[in-house]
Formats: sequence, C-alpha cells, structure tokens
Amino acid sequence: MKLFKKYRSDQNKVLDKPYYKSLASHMIPTVIIVSFAPMILVSFVILNQFESSYDEKVNAHLKVLVLKHKQNIDTFLKDKTSGIKILSKTYGIKQLSNEVFLHKKLSILQEEYKNVFVDLGVVNQQGHQVAYAGPFKLGEANYSDAKWFKKAINKQVFVSDVFLGLRGLPHFIITVRQVHEGQIWILRATIDFVAFNTLVENIRIGETGFAFILNQKSEFQTKPRLDISAEKEFYKVLLKKKTNNHRDVNISRGSVGEVDTISQGDEYIYVSSFLKNGEWLLIYRQNISDAFSIIHKARRLLLLIFIFGGLGIVTMAFILSKKMVSFIARADMEKEMMNQQVIETSKLASVGKLASGVAHEINNPVAIMVEEAGWIQDLLEEEEFAESYNLNEFTRALKQIKTQGNRCKEITHKLLSFARKTKSNNQEIMINDLIKEILELTLQRTKYSNVQIKTQFSNTLPYIQASSTELQQIFLNLINNAIDATEQTKGIVEISTQHLNDHILIKIADTGLGIPGSNLDRIFDPFFTTKPVGKGTGLGLSICYGIIKKMGGQIDVESQVGVGTSFSVRLRMNNKKLQKNKLKL
Amino acid sequence: MGAIHNEDIKVLKLLLVDDEVGFVNILSKRLTKRGMITVKTNSGAEAIQSLRKNDFDLAVLDLKMENMSGIETLQIFKKIVPEMPVIMLTGHGCEESAKEGLASGADDYLIKPCNLEELIDKIHKVTGNKGY
Repeated sequence: MKLFKKYRSDQNKVLDKPYYKSLASHMIPTVIIVSFAPMILVSFVILNQFESSYDEKVNAHLKVLVLKHKQNIDTFLKDKTSGIKILSKTYGIKQLSNEVFLHKKLSILQEEYKNVFVDLGVVNQQGHQVAYAGPFKLGEANYSDAKWFKKAINKQVFVSDVFLGLRGLPHFIITVRQVHEGQIWILRATIDFVAFNTLVENIRIGETGFAFILNQKSEFQTKPRLDISAEKEFYKVLLKKKTNNHRDVNISRGSVGEVDTISQGDEYIYVSSFLKNGEWLLIYRQNISDAFSIIHKARRLLLLIFIFGGLGIVTMAFILSKKMVSFIARADMEKEMMNQQVIETSKLASVGKLASGVAHEINNPVAIMVEEAGWIQDLLEEEEFAESYNLNEFTRALKQIKTQGNRCKEITHKLLSFARKTKSNNQEIMINDLIKEILELTLQRTKYSNVQIKTQFSNTLPYIQASSTELQQIFLNLINNAIDATEQTKGIVEISTQHLNDHILIKIADTGLGIPGSNLDRIFDPFFTTKPVGKGTGLGLSICYGIIKKMGGQIDVESQVGVGTSFSVRLRMNNKKLQKNKLKL
Repeated sequence: MGAIHNEDIKVLKLLLVDDEVGFVNILSKRLTKRGMITVKTNSGAEAIQSLRKNDFDLAVLDLKMENMSGIETLQIFKKIVPEMPVIMLTGHGCEESAKEGLASGADDYLIKPCNLEELIDKIHKVTGNKGY
C-alpha cells in the first residue's frame, strides 16, 4: 500500500513560478541586510572600544615599566655612589692611598655589589692617580686632560657618561671629591659596563621591545639590542622634551622611515624617561604591531568571525527564504484548493437546484401523459373496442407508456432527493445508503457501458457525522473514475464497506486499466489528469483528498497496470466522542 | 334505472384545482368515467368562485400554483366550508409544504405524478365512502 504526501511534488513545481522566485529573491537581500547591519555595528563599536581601552592599557603598562626601570637604574647609581661616598668618608685619603688597603676595600665592594665595581683609584688635584686597585695597569695614569676629571674636580659627587678611556673598554665612573689638608682628592670607582648594561638589557617585551640609555649628546650609554644608530636624529627630538619632573614618562609614536630606509614603513612606540637628574634618557622602543599584537589578533579573529558569520547569515538567508516561500506557496496552494472545493460544492449545489427545478417541471407533463394513457385504457374497456383486432397491442403499448412514466417519476424523485442533500451541514449519515443513492445515479452509465457493479455492505456500519454533500462528492468521484477505467474492459467495480475499530473502511476496487507507477505519485495533485482535454479537470481526486484530510480521514490507492485499481477511504467516526473518551482516560 | 339509483352509492361532487390545464382535464375525464361529478378550475381564485356557487364533497388541490399558492387557497377553502375534505397534490421533495397543508386542515396528500387508483382510494377514505 502506498501512502501519498500530496503537496511534495507539486510544491517544487509551484516554487519555480516567477512570483515565488521573485519573492525569494526579494527576501534574501532583506534578511541579509537585516542580519548584517547589527552585526557590523556591534562589531565596529566593540572593536573600537576594545582598541581604545587596550591602547590605554598598553600605554599605561609601558609607562609603569619604564618608570620602574628608571627608578631601578637611578637606585643602582645612587646605591653605588653612596657606597663610594661611605668609603671616602670613612677612611681618610691617607689610608685610601695605600694600594693594599684599596685592594682590600675593592674586594669588599666587589663582594658586596657582585662585581659591579671594576676598580678603584685615588686621583690628586693635578690629575695623577696616586693609588689604584683593579685589573688594569693604570698605576700612575694622568687624568688631568680627561673630560671626566675636569667635571669631577668641581663636583662633590660625579657620575660620568660611558666612555672608552685609557683601557679602551666602555665603562663609566663614579667620583667622590674630598678635601684633605687644602688639597683636593678624588676617589674614583669604575662601574662594570656589562653589569650596568644587563639592567637595561633585561627590559625586553615581545619580540621587538627593548630599552637603551642615551646621554645628552645622543650617545648610547648602553648597548642597544639592534643597531639603531641611524635613528639618532630622531632621539634628539626626544632629548629636547626634557621636563623638570623626573617622574614624567613621555610616550610618542613615530615612523623612522623618513630617516632610515631600511625599516621603512615600520611604526614604533617610544617610551622615554629621564634619569640621573636629567642627564640620561631611558628609551624603550617597540614595534607598534608587536606592542599591540593582541589588537591585531582581535582584528583577525573578528574578521574570521565576520567571514564565517557572514557565510552563515547568507546560507541562513537562502534557507530561510526558501522555507518561507515554500510555506507561503503551500498556504497559497491550500487556499486555492479550498477555493476549488468551494466552487465545486457550490457548483454541485446549483446543479442540484437546477435538477430539482427540471424534475418539478417534468413531473407535470409526465403526470398528464400517464393519465392520458390511463384514459385511453379506460376507453378501450368500452364495448366497441373490446373486439378490436389490435386490442392486445393497444393494451401492451399503454402498459409500456405507464411503465416508462413511472420510470420517469423514479428518475425525477432521485434527482430531487439528491438535490435536497446539497446542503453541506454535518448530519448523521449511513454510508451504505449514501453509496446506494450514488449508485442509482450512475445506474444509467453502468448499464450502457456494460460495467458490472458489485456491492458488499457491512451490516454493522454505524452512522457517522459528516456533510452528505462532501461524501457524495468523494464517492461520486471515485465511483465515476472506477467506471471510466472499467468501461473499455467491461469489467467489474466492487464497492465494499467495513467497520473497523474506530473507523469505517470503504473500498472501491475496479478491474480496469490500472494506473502506471509514474502517474500514481501524482494522481492527487491538482490539475493532474490523463483524460483528454475538456473531459477531466484534474480536480476530482485532489478535492477528494482535501475533503478526506479535512475530515481527519485517509485515502490510499493501490494499482497495477492491466489488473486494476483499488481506492481505500478511511473515515473516522464520532471524532468528538472518541476525543472525549481519550481525554477522560 | 339500476346501479345509479342505488341509495348506498352517493355521487361524489369533486372540485379539481390545478394550474396545469391538461392535467385537470384528463383527471376530470377519468374521474367522471368512474361516476364522479367534477368541476375543473385552473387557479385558486377560480376555485374559490366555484366553491361559493356550489357545494362539493371534496377538493383535490395542487399545492404548486402560480399567483395564489395551494396553501393560501386551502386556508380560504377552510374559511368558507370548513367541513369539506381536501386532498393535496404535491411534488416529490415538497413534503414540507404538504405537512403545512395538513396543519392548515387538509385531510391527506399525494405525491405527483400519482396513480389514479391511489387517488380514488384516498378520495373514498376521506369521504367515508366504501367502494362504488
């Protein structure tokens, strides 16, 4: 047994119609725009907010970092300076001039400060080194022409810039001035450049972030990780931004492309802060794309989300629009079906009215004919005709007129009772009687087409609540179709009714031509017909399907070409009562 | 002399009302042949005029007539001669109007087209005559 889902096949057909196509093509952009607009807006706002807050965060973080290191370096310098200061104040110049003593002190300092101090020396007012403790042979060096000496002689405490000096290695010195017996003496200590450099070298963030120190002349005081000597001109600008507040941190951005063609296009963030009382400038330099790599990641992620989201939206737009359109198409089709049904029903009703009018009009002439025939019979009974040669023939003809008159009467009676039931109100109906009435109407057809009709009615059939017009439509259609199919083969149409649990099964089987498999799927489609143009509307079975579905019933078909077709209609009985019982349970 | 003067048999005088002239004519002929006196009328108005002039034992009234309907005619009949029995003729499927007629005082009804024998049976039944 094959069950039919009616709409599936014709729905695809309907969706190809230009109206539904344009509907879909209108819906898709609307759905896309409506979905994209908020997504773009929200993404833009969120990204903007995120970027600005992240920007602030990074800046603040770098500021803190630079400030912390500036303080570290300052503390380092102060620490070492005070070490030398204490040494100079604690021991007199005499003691310090003793190289053995100086050596001892150096080793204590080196022990205390982890080899930060390279050597110690005592220099007199003339710039001659009178005592030296350290790895180099600088025993009696003369510093009278050294730049640092000229500055140190005038200052209580002095920290020099980094220079190569006599030893030919980068270093810087701390000097403390002392006056002893009218003579100026200087205690000089060399700070290990490597130890100092590590302080700054350790400032490393990301892949491109590093720090270095410049003096006022834009000379490197530490060794930068990369060769950035080409950028010196740029740093001069930073050096000019000197402020009085030592806690100030300056953040600037710039592209060094104008100066240096090698790193053209790269943009850097520079965080700088003065240290050593404004003599040195600590600069932290990082590639912007590196410093803000999270923003770039976020942008990339957002782009990815955008692409996938967009794809999702477009797909959804297509699917949704197609679904909506098919929904609309189905609703339209159902509406059309309903309209057709209404038209058919009203057609049937008007045919009924017409038939009843005709039947009434025919009744009178038939009555007159029958009475006139009766009158002739009355007259024939009179004597002069009693011996007439053709009396028997007259009598037979009159009897025939009477019989045919009665037949006319019966036909008009059937038409009238059919017409009377064209109201579509629900009423108690006995299916057997309804089918019998329909069979009487089709009697004429079956007689001339030599179709034999067999019936097998169940005696236990209950009454069902239904509209007799609708049931008439269903069974008239099915029986007519069965006769149509059987006409050529002069076969049998068998109609049976059966009472099953909660429904009535009505089977209309014929031994006709059968329906080919390719058509079997479409027989319930509206406007599908194999009859010649003008003979069939293709609506009959689709209307049957619609009515049965509306009644909560079911229609199935089995068919085999050359063997026959069988339609099974299942009608549920007393729906309301059954539902009530179910609710109670 | 003979059967006609038999006192047991009363000659019935019938009023036939139907706008179908052919039908009234033939009905009248056949009933006359069966020993009844008939007056043919083709409308309610004509029937009422006849009824005012003559006495009738019974009226056969078609319910479906133009101008004045059978029911209207019946109601006037009942006002003029309430005791006169009336048999109605009605089309198939118009039993509703026949019932209305019965409620208005008619005695019986027949569905057209009908057998003459049936009609005669009903005439006798309604008038209380047995056989003829």
